[in-house]
Amino acid sequence: MKFVDEYRDAQLADQYARAVARITTRPWTIMEVCGGQTHTIVRFGIDELLPSNITLVHGPGCPVCVTPVELLDQAVEIASRPGVIFCSFGDMLRVPGTRGDLLSVKARGGDVRIVYSPLDALRLAQKYPEKQVVFFAVGFETTAPATAMAVYQASQQGISNFSLLVSHVLVPPAMEAILASPDNRVQGFLAAGHVCTVMGYTEYEPLAEKYHVPIVVTGFEPVDLLQGVYMCIKQLEEGRAEVENQYARSVRREGNQPAQQLIREIFQIVPRKWRGVGEIPQSGLGLQERYQVFDAEQRFGIAGYTAEESGECLGGLILQGVKKPWECAAFGTRCTPEHPLGAMMVSSEGACAAYYRYRRPTSHETR
Amino acid sequence: MCLGVPGKILSVTGDGPLTRTGKVSFGGIIKEVNLAYVPEAGVGDYVIVHVGFAISKIDEREAEQVFSYLRQMQELEELGKVPG
Ligand code: SF4
Repeated sequence: MKFVDEYRDAQLADQYARAVARITTRPWTIMEVCGGQTHTIVRFGIDELLPSNITLVHGPGCPVCVTPVELLDQAVEIASRPGVIFCSFGDMLRVPGTRGDLLSVKARGGDVRIVYSPLDALRLAQKYPEKQVVFFAVGFETTAPATAMAVYQASQQGISNFSLLVSHVLVPPAMEAILASPDNRVQGFLAAGHVCTVMGYTEYEPLAEKYHVPIVVTGFEPVDLLQGVYMCIKQLEEGRAEVENQYARSVRREGNQPAQQLIREIFQIVPRKWRGVGEIPQSGLGLQERYQVFDAEQRFGIAGYTAEESGECLGGLILQGVKKPWECAAFGTRCTPEHPLGAMMVSSEGACAAYYRYRRPTSHETR
Repeated sequence: MCLGVPGKILSVTGDGPLTRTGKVSFGGIIKEVNLAYVPEAGVGDYVIVHVGFAISKIDEREAEQVFSYLRQMQELEELGKVPG
């Protein structure tokens, strides 16, 4: 496929890996922010192509992984009610809350449906006016324009049986939380290419400056990631800390203006709790007051749930780059994709799922 | 979930700026995609699609950059003699 295959060229990847080796004189730790990038890295063995003194740690960019347990409990509660069609991206169905998961609601006869786009949920609301159709709106800035459009169209068309359980999160505040933490070991970032496609990268410039950390906006294919690593290492070796754009075929500095406009119309910035991490100020999107008629928490009267997570899952530490999946005692034994203890084992972007799928526990050097 | 897939616009339909949609081919698999956020993209252009929405038009000149960057680096290497 055009714009995919040429970036998977093994020879090219190899040349980039050698170029990285040539310029690396010291150990460096780099975090790739997005879970999609984590999967490319583990699947294509990019970390193994790189010189051993470069460590890649996996970042918080997995929306499914960071959705707090209370939201999952709310989802389970709403989906269990009669007369509700509960729509979600497929990844969320197996994520355990404290009261089970959406898949078991479905097994008990709940009308839980997997949708590809928020607009599919809106169409269901139009098709079944006698039902309450709820969309589980998770995602980063990449997904926010799609959710915003569903809300906007529902409002324009006066669709009153549609609502959203909103758990949208924002990437830069999470990166700042990582950088500000006393445990931080991240020295450079590969920023998430599709988040930046929507938002541009001006937000990262103050971060690069304040924490003196290079940030390279990076794509998702093996050659993209290797070039991103190269650009990041080059900055580190030269003592620079700038924002650079490796993924210029999709990302412009100012981002996608029409998309940002609709995001601002529909959403406001709110504090948000991240699973395994805790609350991060100004790190989420919630509905603007004038669109709160579409808020499922209010419609179903379930605002203000709280729940505590079981202590066993190391997911929070993994997505802050402090631990690796195989350091979790449950990894691959009590926690597997079929019986996940944590969200990171379920999501197609979760680091634990990536290691389980592409690198079985025994193949890793630390086992 | 921030998965974005490149595809080629085959046709554009839709009236209002918010309902502009198109048929997009992903290596032969054809899907209906909302084009509201890429007003500059038309038939024949490649776009990155995420959850049914095109979020950017691929800049074909920039797409080459990954390859030319490597060539440049190698030329520097051959010149050899970049300090450091
Ligand atoms: S292996 Fe399972 S329990 Fe352990 S950190 Fe990963 S998701 Fe959590």
